[in-house]
Amino acid sequence: MTSRLLSGEADWFDAGRRMAAGEASLVSLWGDEGRMRLCLREADGGLAVVDMAVDRGAFPSIAALHAPASRLERAACDLYGFLALGAPDGRRWLDHGRWPLRHPLGRRAPHDGAADPYAFLEARGPGVHQIPVGPVHAGIIEPGHFRFHAGGEAVVRLEERLGYTHKGIDALMRGANLARGAELAGRVSGDSTVAYAVAFARAAEAALGADAPPRAHWLRGIMAEMERLANHFGDIGAICNDAAFALMLAHCGILRERTLRAAKTAFGHRLMMDVVVPGGAAVDLAPDGIAAIRALVAEARSTFPKLVRLYDNTASLQERTVGTGVLAADLASRFGAGGVVGRASARDVDARRDHAYPPYDALTFAVPTRKAGDVDARIWVRILEVGESLDLIETMLARLPDGPVRRALAPGGGPGEGWALVEGFRGDVFAHLRLAADGTIARCHLRDPSWLQWPLLEAAIEGNIVADFPLCNKSFNGSYSGVDL
Amino acid sequence: MIVELVFQLLQVTLVILIAPLLTGVVRATKARLTRRRGPPLVQPYRDLVRLARKEAIVADSASWLFRVTPYIVFASTWVATALIPTFATGLLFSWSADLIAIIALLGAGRFFLALAGLDVGTSFGGLGSSRESLFGALAEPAMIVIVFSLALIAGSTQLSTVAAFMTSGAVGLRVTLAMALVAFIIVALAENGRIPVDNPATHLELTMVHEAMILEYSGRHLAVIELAAMLKLALYVSLIICVFVPWGSAIADASVADRVVGAGVYVAKVLAAGVALGVFETSIAKMRVFRVPDFVGAALMLGFLGALLLFVSRTLK
Repeated sequence: MTSRLLSGEADWFDAGRRMAAGEASLVSLWGDEGRMRLCLREADGGLAVVDMAVDRGAFPSIAALHAPASRLERAACDLYGFLALGAPDGRRWLDHGRWPLRHPLGRRAPHDGAADPYAFLEARGPGVHQIPVGPVHAGIIEPGHFRFHAGGEAVVRLEERLGYTHKGIDALMRGANLARGAELAGRVSGDSTVAYAVAFARAAEAALGADAPPRAHWLRGIMAEMERLANHFGDIGAICNDAAFALMLAHCGILRERTLRAAKTAFGHRLMMDVVVPGGAAVDLAPDGIAAIRALVAEARSTFPKLVRLYDNTASLQERTVGTGVLAADLASRFGAGGVVGRASARDVDARRDHAYPPYDALTFAVPTRKAGDVDARIWVRILEVGESLDLIETMLARLPDGPVRRALAPGGGPGEGWALVEGFRGDVFAHLRLAADGTIARCHLRDPSWLQWPLLEAAIEGNIVADFPLCNKSFNGSYSGVDL
Repeated sequence: MIVELVFQLLQVTLVILIAPLLTGVVRATKARLTRRRGPPLVQPYRDLVRLARKEAIVADSASWLFRVTPYIVFASTWVATALIPTFATGLLFSWSADLIAIIALLGAGRFFLALAGLDVGTSFGGLGSSRESLFGALAEPAMIVIVFSLALIAGSTQLSTVAAFMTSGAVGLRVTLAMALVAFIIVALAENGRIPVDNPATHLELTMVHEAMILEYSGRHLAVIELAAMLKLALYVSLIICVFVPWGSAIADASVADRVVGAGVYVAKVLAAGVALGVFETSIAKMRVFRVPDFVGAALMLGFLGALLLFVSRTLK
């Protein structure tokens, strides 16, 4: 497994071609000062970052060769004002015209804040009509706009429009110190705060050539698995609730709450926000933390199997989940989808195993996959991952090394560049960090796994009925905040 | 005559008073079963008062139809309720119309609600109206076939007569009645937008049926529609009680004391039905929209089969 840095037009095109041919998969694509960068994952699991200088404000589009790059490229163009030559989709993505300026990270230009018109892709046919949904929803969920073209109840085309929770994370990162950067990274998507903080910390440590103490790695592992547990419990219940089976939500909600309370006892924060920092962990495990986590594991082991049986034995629920929202395996692999979405469509990927970062390099665990690619498969991957996480937490608690939890990083240790890929509950979170000479952040790019999963939802819903969309959407559970940055 | 009128008015008032309580009981049961404390039983009353006090916002694109629909729906449902011998048979109004009239009244309410859903011109209203019409197109004939079966057994479509006949013990056990009961329950679930047909508690606008049609309503309009929906649930529960479990209900010309006892028994039965509905809804997931016609279609077929069995058994005699 290697990490390489390439640059130049030949490598850029070569990367695009190899991704299109399926020899490598796209990890991320983003803008930087005067250049575009992309990260791809080789077949052997190694990561390569490729640079492309932006010439007179333009660069050759990767999306033209490899469609999954399209939204990332559009977002980069919105932020920097670059022009992607030959891009298949020239519409703005992040910038809805509501900002007081254009291209906040590049050539800034004032803007009056009047919304841009947005031409949704069309679908024509007898009886085809549009159903606009969101960004304001009837329930308390994140804002996103979904434009359905439907023939009666059958979905002909779904197009997503996101960007409503844009927070300017990229601009806030610029010039920030590492401590501030870690806080910001932990707030990109609150449900994945640990995964983001670990990704950011590992990228920072890579850029500075430093390493966290062993105990910190293991604490990070415990926190990451607890985060996965809490979210998987929540998701399993919420998916069933979208089929109006509230019983699962109620019982899974209790398990989620127990997990969050154990986290509060062990690490001082329910979501474990700001606990992982560059150089290690901000706090050590509280004295009664081990007992709290062990109690959680014991309770989950006794109650969760009953819930799984309830799910498996409720015919009316199975009827809704099996065969609904099928994501074809070839599409999942073309988009390089990670996480539950990818694994439920036969992709055997997991950054914890494939990029074997500590503590997972010293641990063995199964990476459950399913072939069906439907809502049921996505629930089952979550169910099986819960089991693996419980085992992992027990093992890590038993083998937790002693020692300090934090190592001071050399102040002003720049310039440098580092990147990391970390498995969150949604999939692989990618962090790329470029430090200036004074040690502040020159550019930090954080790529949520949802970037590569949202477009697949559009494909999975096709041919399903409109009323099944919430179920499919919940089974994907893409992050809005994570892609809106 | 005056006494009869007073009792009829009491019946009409009792049903409208108990309807929110029934909804409250269903919600409380579901809350308890999902390990929640849940709102108090009187919460539906409070909600209605709160809504009634609020300003009613009407969409710019709405016509007069949108504004009058809540009252039409409420009025038709209430009149239909008045025709049901809830705690006593032979009440004044019950002689004025029969089961077919009740179905027609409810159908009229549905028709206006579907129109109002379309009237505002939002996609959700249209979606809800289209689904409601799809379900209604099967639920109404199913209901009519059930009524035919009952009429064949009891010799009348007049509810008071049917209830009196059922109480009399002359019916005995009949397969047709069992089929009619199952079909009746299916129709009641579909008509009231309960799980597995619709989820009254959902926040997912794309899956709604009844809620999608009334999404644009607010304030007193919404209060009236909500009350009509609660009343409709109470109506179906009362119908099932009066036809299939009429025991304890006061018969025509009963004494005042008997009628008071009848009212108490009726309230107890309604609340028990609320608990049963809550348990049922917790134990089942919602169906796919396109499965609902199969489900309601089963009610239609059961009704037909029941009627057919009656004819066959009569011919054989």
